Amino acid sequence: MAQAEKIAETTANIRVKNRKYLLTPKSAPYIFIGPAFVFILIFTVYPVISSLFLSFQQVRGVEKSFVGLANYSRLFHDPIFYKSLLNTFEILIIQVPIMLFLALVIAVGLHSSLIKAKAFFRISFFMPAITALVAASIVFMILLDEHFGLVNYLLSFMGIDSIHWLTTPFWAKVSVIVVMTWRWTGYNMVIFLAGLQNIPSELYEAASIDGAGKVKQFFMITIPLLKPVFIFTVVMSTIGTLQLFDEPFILTHGGPNSATMTITLYLYEQGFKFFDFGYASAIAYVLVLITALVSWIQMKLVGDIEE
Amino acid sequence: MITQKKLSTKIGIYCLLVLGVILSIGPFYWMLIGSTLPSGEIFHLPPKLLPGDYLAKNFQALNESLGIAKIFWNSIFIAIVYTIASTFICAMAGYAFAKFRFKGKNFFFFIILFSLMIPFQVTLIPLFELMVSFNWLNTYQAIILPSLASPFAIYLMRQNMQAVPDSIIEASRVDGAGELKIFFSVILPVTRPTLAAVAIFQFMSQWNSLLWPLITLNSKEMFTLPVALSSLIGMARIDYGQLMLGTTLSTIPIMIFFLVLQKQFISGILGGSVKE
Repeated sequence: MAQAEKIAETTANIRVKNRKYLLTPKSAPYIFIGPAFVFILIFTVYPVISSLFLSFQQVRGVEKSFVGLANYSRLFHDPIFYKSLLNTFEILIIQVPIMLFLALVIAVGLHSSLIKAKAFFRISFFMPAITALVAASIVFMILLDEHFGLVNYLLSFMGIDSIHWLTTPFWAKVSVIVVMTWRWTGYNMVIFLAGLQNIPSELYEAASIDGAGKVKQFFMITIPLLKPVFIFTVVMSTIGTLQLFDEPFILTHGGPNSATMTITLYLYEQGFKFFDFGYASAIAYVLVLITALVSWIQMKLVGDIEE
Repeated sequence: MITQKKLSTKIGIYCLLVLGVILSIGPFYWMLIGSTLPSGEIFHLPPKLLPGDYLAKNFQALNESLGIAKIFWNSIFIAIVYTIASTFICAMAGYAFAKFRFKGKNFFFFIILFSLMIPFQVTLIPLFELMVSFNWLNTYQAIILPSLASPFAIYLMRQNMQAVPDSIIEASRVDGAGELKIFFSVILPVTRPTLAAVAIFQFMSQWNSLLWPLITLNSKEMFTLPVALSSLIGMARIDYGQLMLGTTLSTIPIMIFFLVLQKQFISGILGGSVKE
């Protein structure tokens, strides 16, 4: 009885105490998410909706007129837009596998028990990931200079004639891929390395006892257990590449002959060079669709493998 | 025989790693050296491997063409204010999602997930119009406010704050602590590693950001470092000494920061996606 009274008393006390505060456990969550939501509504939700409306409009100065699907049908007939789509996908399909392969090789090498000074190597490989994309692109712009660049100079020792890195369509694309690979390989390597470290060493020991060689262990243990990490890096790299902007903007401004034009760069040009807001918004919405589609396909593929 | 094989594997791996290190660090080193050389000597072949004596002159030239001190300040100010405010706001929201039950929670969380998946490019044009109508072009708030509530950071905070045991929150409530006090003196201290990771992530993404500042800033005094650097490239005659010094200045602070706080930095830049 006395105990029940005591409990009632404490609860009452807590209630009284709570009343003293601005926030009760009931109102607190709304106050806590409040600032974030105000910002998200104004600066994300509103623009996303507004952009959709804009994509059906033609904007001339301050005048806006509804033009239906005109912007979208113009997109379908715009060769540069097709080129930007194609470029983005070409870079995606070539760059992401090369980068992830390199990252995996380095991570496996670095994970090997034979290697010392791991911390040094890890820091060194991670360094490019802390540079601004702008800075990285500028440095490579100079390194890849066709007449006086260090890269052509080094290649000349191998008997390779000077390559017109930034001024021919093919090599310009390669240059963008080189910069992206330099900037992001170490980043993905560290992710792989963490994944490798999470694989219990008992598995390898057991496999050795069963007589499985190193190579077999790699394919039977390492690769399958690394799969979630692998999927994560693929998804992140894909989304990043679909939004590619900084590197081609600095290196080539999308040229030569639109060889390095990407979706985002084209959006930027239409929107902020020609101030064609309606058209740029239509490009933005195509990007949304592509991102959604690619994510869906990747999720589907992952799901299928898992089943 | 076996040891010999082991030795050759070892040497093979070391060669690979050292080559990789040279490729990773080489461009950095070359950039640092370049910032101390006059424009012409940057293209000297074979490349100069030791610093020259042109650093002061490059700095002077860079200061004349851009007013680098002000630009550096802009970048620092924007990145720091953004980092503190954003980490704080996202921590609060993440905490609410992790530890409270409230009406509309699912709906609010859906909006977070939705914002997380939308490519930010979609918001560029209307955001620009918004900035124009607020008369905010060429202001700090135009850079800081739109990305302040980062869905990614909120999501990350939520994930990590879910691991905080309910019992310590309940215990504080019974002790009579108010909700704000619980947040500040219980939740924030125990989630410090996550806060550090998010803060570093936010700092880096703001410090390196190009596209949005490029759109909203068009007067030189308001430029951030990436915008200023990209403007140097657009010039008719590029002064490469200045350019190298500019890129060095935009990299050095982060590099020092990184070497001091490696662990937090790596988990921060990886967006807390990796647990070590």
